[in-house]
Amino acid sequence: MATQREALTTPASATSSRRDVGVATTGSTSGTGGLTPYLFLAPYFLLFTMFVLAPAVFGLWISLHEWDFLLPNKPFAGLGNYIDLFSSGSTTGAFFWQSMRATAKFTLYSVPPLLVIPLLLALILNGQFRGRTVFRAIYFAPYVLGVAVIGVLWQFVLDANIGLLNSMLGRLGIDANIAWTTATPWVWVSLVGVTVWWTLGFNAVIYLAGLQEIPREQYEAAAVDGASAWNKFWHITLPGLRPVLVLVTTLTVLASANMFGQSLLITQGAPGNETRTAIMYIAEEGLGNFRMGNATAMSYVLTVFLVLTSIAIFAFFRRFQD
Amino acid sequence: MGAVAAPQPVTVRDPGNSRRTRNRVLTYAGLIALTAVFIAPLLWMLSTSLKSEQAATSLALEWIPGEPTTQGYQTITRAGTDSPVLRWFVNSLLAAAAHALLVVAVAAPAAYALARMHFRGKRTLFALILATLFIPPVILTIPNYITVDRLQWVDTIIALVVPGAAGAFGVFFLRQFFLGLPLEIEEAARVDGANAWQIFFRVVLPLSRPALATLVVLSFLTNWNDFLWPIYVMFSPERYVLPVGLATLQGAYNTNYPVIMAGAVIASVPVLILFVFAQRFIIEGVSRSGLKG
Repeated sequence: MATQREALTTPASATSSRRDVGVATTGSTSGTGGLTPYLFLAPYFLLFTMFVLAPAVFGLWISLHEWDFLLPNKPFAGLGNYIDLFSSGSTTGAFFWQSMRATAKFTLYSVPPLLVIPLLLALILNGQFRGRTVFRAIYFAPYVLGVAVIGVLWQFVLDANIGLLNSMLGRLGIDANIAWTTATPWVWVSLVGVTVWWTLGFNAVIYLAGLQEIPREQYEAAAVDGASAWNKFWHITLPGLRPVLVLVTTLTVLASANMFGQSLLITQGAPGNETRTAIMYIAEEGLGNFRMGNATAMSYVLTVFLVLTSIAIFAFFRRFQD
Repeated sequence: MGAVAAPQPVTVRDPGNSRRTRNRVLTYAGLIALTAVFIAPLLWMLSTSLKSEQAATSLALEWIPGEPTTQGYQTITRAGTDSPVLRWFVNSLLAAAAHALLVVAVAAPAAYALARMHFRGKRTLFALILATLFIPPVILTIPNYITVDRLQWVDTIIALVVPGAAGAFGVFFLRQFFLGLPLEIEEAARVDGANAWQIFFRVVLPLSRPALATLVVLSFLTNWNDFLWPIYVMFSPERYVLPVGLATLQGAYNTNYPVIMAGAVIASVPVLILFVFAQRFIIEGVSRSGLKG
């Protein structure tokens, strides 16, 4: 705890100083040398090699072939699968970029509310009042349910004709019969709303832990200086939360970019393929239609975008810090 | 009213107090309103699961079913049903429990070696594991499908249990915890003549119970809720896990919402119970992984 607090108050990069502390406490106790360390590592390393290291490379190999899972021959295609994605005449390419647009839209629409609303909630829940842990648990609860449950539940709640939401709106005098799951822009409102409902508690809990690491003395000192609530937030809370903000932003962007279940269960990609996300299309192509060469090529293109996005986030927060 | 007649010092103190009270009331009102937003859909799920198909499609907004019926539950739990929800339930339970135990069994010794032992290639290995945290899962899915197919694990529970246990999260999580344990205890055990295995099993693991429990619970939840992978690796309806089964209910029962909601309730109850009892581990696990991940 003490080391973390120091790390957070140090103006230099908090994460790197924290890591240094971690390395410094690494002591040698047992099993220096000999076979023992390798025996400890062996079971995990076997799984890690089989299901993480090897497939990361094997996937690249697949993407260079016309790899149909059901056909015996998998001829080498060079960069063919990639070129296909970027050539204007290809239907696969057209569908792929449509799905990439859906993913980009969803990420763009969902990330701001998923960053801001949980932060506001965490600031409120960080106060001293009875029942705060109960509220925290209630808001976190949907997260443990998983996407399948929340997907079928909200598909029902959002049904245009018999859904709870339109019925309640009707009671309020809004008889619009909104097509939440079949028409734009409502499909996006639904997907973003459901995702916020589902994962808001997760982000709030991470923020809360970050808030509790900010030393109380800083606020007390600011209060003595007569700082306003806004000043305290801007000059103490936000800088203190910086490492947590980087983490929450990265996790949220990646989670949104990997969105799959909500679209599959709530909108089924409708209208047309408007809400069919990249992951949905890649899974459909690769594991549904077994065109694995195509699909792995797409997954690497998506990965490049995700890596670039992560770099942009880190760069943004670095600039923000200086 | 009283404030007008009251002497000066009281009126100075009063606004602050009443503002605080008002703020508190507003906070509670806001939090309770938000609670309703979180609870209402879940209540609706439960209440619909106890309605007849006809009642569920009426617009009457019946929060408490007028004529409660277990038809929905019976449809998917009776013998010979095409949607054996109880079977899926057992499959999910077995897969998630086996997965959680496997994660801890392989991650704990590896994390301990990375935290406390010296060996050649340690830095490289750690950097490698760290790097894979940034690999989007999607690029592993298709190659892993081919691997699992060659091992003839497709459509078996092994496919649901094993590949996911290669993830780096457990190793990081436990390594961080082991690094925080006081070194003196392990050193004292070594002075007493214990070897690395004895120290690990008799000293370190018993001290790590909260961290191990947290990892078990988080891994259980992850596996229980996993959706994309099980859709594609399981073919036989009797081998489905709950998330996949639920998705098929949506297709098979279309607008028979009591049946679908009954399935959703059956899938929710165990995790909600787990959440109530293991809340400390789940929420602390999430916040700790947030701070140190």
